Amino acid sequence: MAQALSESELRNMVYEPDARGHFGPYGGRYVSETLMAALAELDRSYQSLKNDPAFQQEFDADLSSFVGRPSPLYHAKRWSDAIGGAQIYFKREDLNHTGAHKVNNTIGQALLAKYSGKPRVIAETGAGQHGVATATVAARLGLECVVYMGADDVERQSPNVYRMKLLGATVVPVTSGSRTLKDALSEAMRDWVTNVESTFYIIGTVAGPAPYPQIVRDFNAVVGREVRWQSQDLFGRFPDALVACVGGGSNALGLFYPFLNDTEVALIGVEAAGRGLSTTEHAAPLSVGRPGVLHGAKTYIMDNADGQISHTHSVSAGLDYPGVGPEHAFLKDIGRAQYVGATDDEALSAFHEVSEVEGIIPALETAHALAYTKTLAASMRPDQVVVCNMSGRGDKDIFTVAKLEGITL
Amino acid sequence: MSRIATRMAELAARGRKALIPYVVAGDPVPEMTVEIMQALVAAGSDVIELGMPFSDPFADGPVNQRGAERAIASGMTLRGVLDAVAVFRQTDQTTPVVLMGYLNPIIAMGEAVFCQAAQAAGVDGLLVVDMPPEEEEGLVAEARHCGMDMIYLAAPTTTDARMALIGRATSGYLYYVSLRGVTGSSQLNTDEVSAKITAIRALVDAPICVGFGIRTPQQAAEVSRLADGVIVGSILVQAVEDHKDQPAAVPGALTALLAPMRAAMDRMEVSGE
Repeated sequence: MAQALSESELRNMVYEPDARGHFGPYGGRYVSETLMAALAELDRSYQSLKNDPAFQQEFDADLSSFVGRPSPLYHAKRWSDAIGGAQIYFKREDLNHTGAHKVNNTIGQALLAKYSGKPRVIAETGAGQHGVATATVAARLGLECVVYMGADDVERQSPNVYRMKLLGATVVPVTSGSRTLKDALSEAMRDWVTNVESTFYIIGTVAGPAPYPQIVRDFNAVVGREVRWQSQDLFGRFPDALVACVGGGSNALGLFYPFLNDTEVALIGVEAAGRGLSTTEHAAPLSVGRPGVLHGAKTYIMDNADGQISHTHSVSAGLDYPGVGPEHAFLKDIGRAQYVGATDDEALSAFHEVSEVEGIIPALETAHALAYTKTLAASMRPDQVVVCNMSGRGDKDIFTVAKLEGITL
Repeated sequence: MSRIATRMAELAARGRKALIPYVVAGDPVPEMTVEIMQALVAAGSDVIELGMPFSDPFADGPVNQRGAERAIASGMTLRGVLDAVAVFRQTDQTTPVVLMGYLNPIIAMGEAVFCQAAQAAGVDGLLVVDMPPEEEEGLVAEARHCGMDMIYLAAPTTTDARMALIGRATSGYLYYVSLRGVTGSSQLNTDEVSAKITAIRALVDAPICVGFGIRTPQQAAEVSRLADGVIVGSILVQAVEDHKDQPAAVPGALTALLAPMRAAMDRMEVSGE
């Protein structure tokens, strides 16, 4: 584990991985030799393209004309007043094309695939948001697209499965292991090992082997960069706190990363506490897990005493993952970010409340962040500001919620 | 000299190539593991690669993953794997045993605790699939301190610079992955493999054993012409699966696969082809 640091150390810290992709003791490249050449090639092409003006210009133009950026920073005034604490703002990633922050990253990685001359892209998906975002950009760029999805998730997220098919992607249900996101990720890695010369693997979160955690963070960091100028425009200073849900952690890191050296801004990640952190049915490795190695990186994970990866539970497929991005593990240890949990019930309650009070149906993943935002705002003064990342819209979840509540649509 | 180095030197002196089977410890049931290991030796194996089952073996194909799932479901643990090796060692002090698996169960036990327990059980080498030579200096130091060889993988995509790095890191032997893909993939081009082995010899001092995709006696014989050893895995794990409801029949089924491979490899050596 990494040592906790003082505020001045945090303020002056350079938050970049070392040359081999380590964030302190976390991250790295824990993969079979069969993948090392591909990761090295990806690293070389990313390190050269990230400072290439033509590449960045194309990325920025796509974010503007295809995604619809910048996304608004919206004052949730009625909800703030109802809670009676801090002013709550939503960063409206739900308004992006495809309905979530995920597309920021898939645009970037699909451009990397294009610049690298790979005609085929693959992806893993949990809730289906990353799969849809990948299928979308693949269609636009004319790339063949295969999406791996846990068989259980295929069932609980059927609208997104159909969306991917409409976009011309092949969706492969994964029946091994726990039939959820972690198994989809394993299966996508197998495909990549086998087809590495023709295929670009678009990982959907800040997890996996280096350089993926850095790449996905950098492509999502547009979220936090916009919040920096938007908060200056709207209330003349930075927010007091940023809140985001954390599964793998890409929307959270995209929001947090541009603020890491601004230690007056509190950073809070909200994990899925499922049926409660004191039960075994949750997906909260940072809250109750321990350091280990999963899917190519050292990070906090959920495993049993014998080191076998645990089955997780969350009402939201997108948070149902036993690992987390290695940079979050590092931010937790050094004390720069805090990580808390929200249960299924708390998330469902926030899902309804924000729908009714603000006219925005949030994704169930996002509802976890909203649940904690409510608790946090209530403990703060009305002249303070909390920004919650509205990471995705809830259209995909209405069938899940209806079913849970015994309603037939 | 380690048990692996001793065995490889003996084989080299006799002009014989190593036959190295891979099975998952605890598959189909933990009670059969020692008997299966003994059967592998009786069928002509020179080194045993024993899989430490892991829940998320992302570098393995579906056959080996199901083997690991069966082993875990039947109660196999990392401690249980070491116990099986210790029992095997009571009657066999010469056949090297290499534990092959993923890093997380070792981290969960504690790297130093694991290495000491593995040494005490009579384990000779470790092959940690998701640990390239750049990571985990701690485990490597512990393993060496306990006299165990660290065996690394090399792949068709490995560059010459990395091959030299891996050559310096590996001891006992180098495991050359003969095809792109996961364990159990099908197509194997033995001419391509032969050419590659010649190139690796210039960069690596350790014996070179070849695995992935070897299914028939003829393939085993062809690969053994240039390599120092032949590693056979998925086809054995598939045979275990085929007999999972009659665990007592597993040793015989594995013998039936390995013995013809042994014979084909030995014929190739005698005829000097």
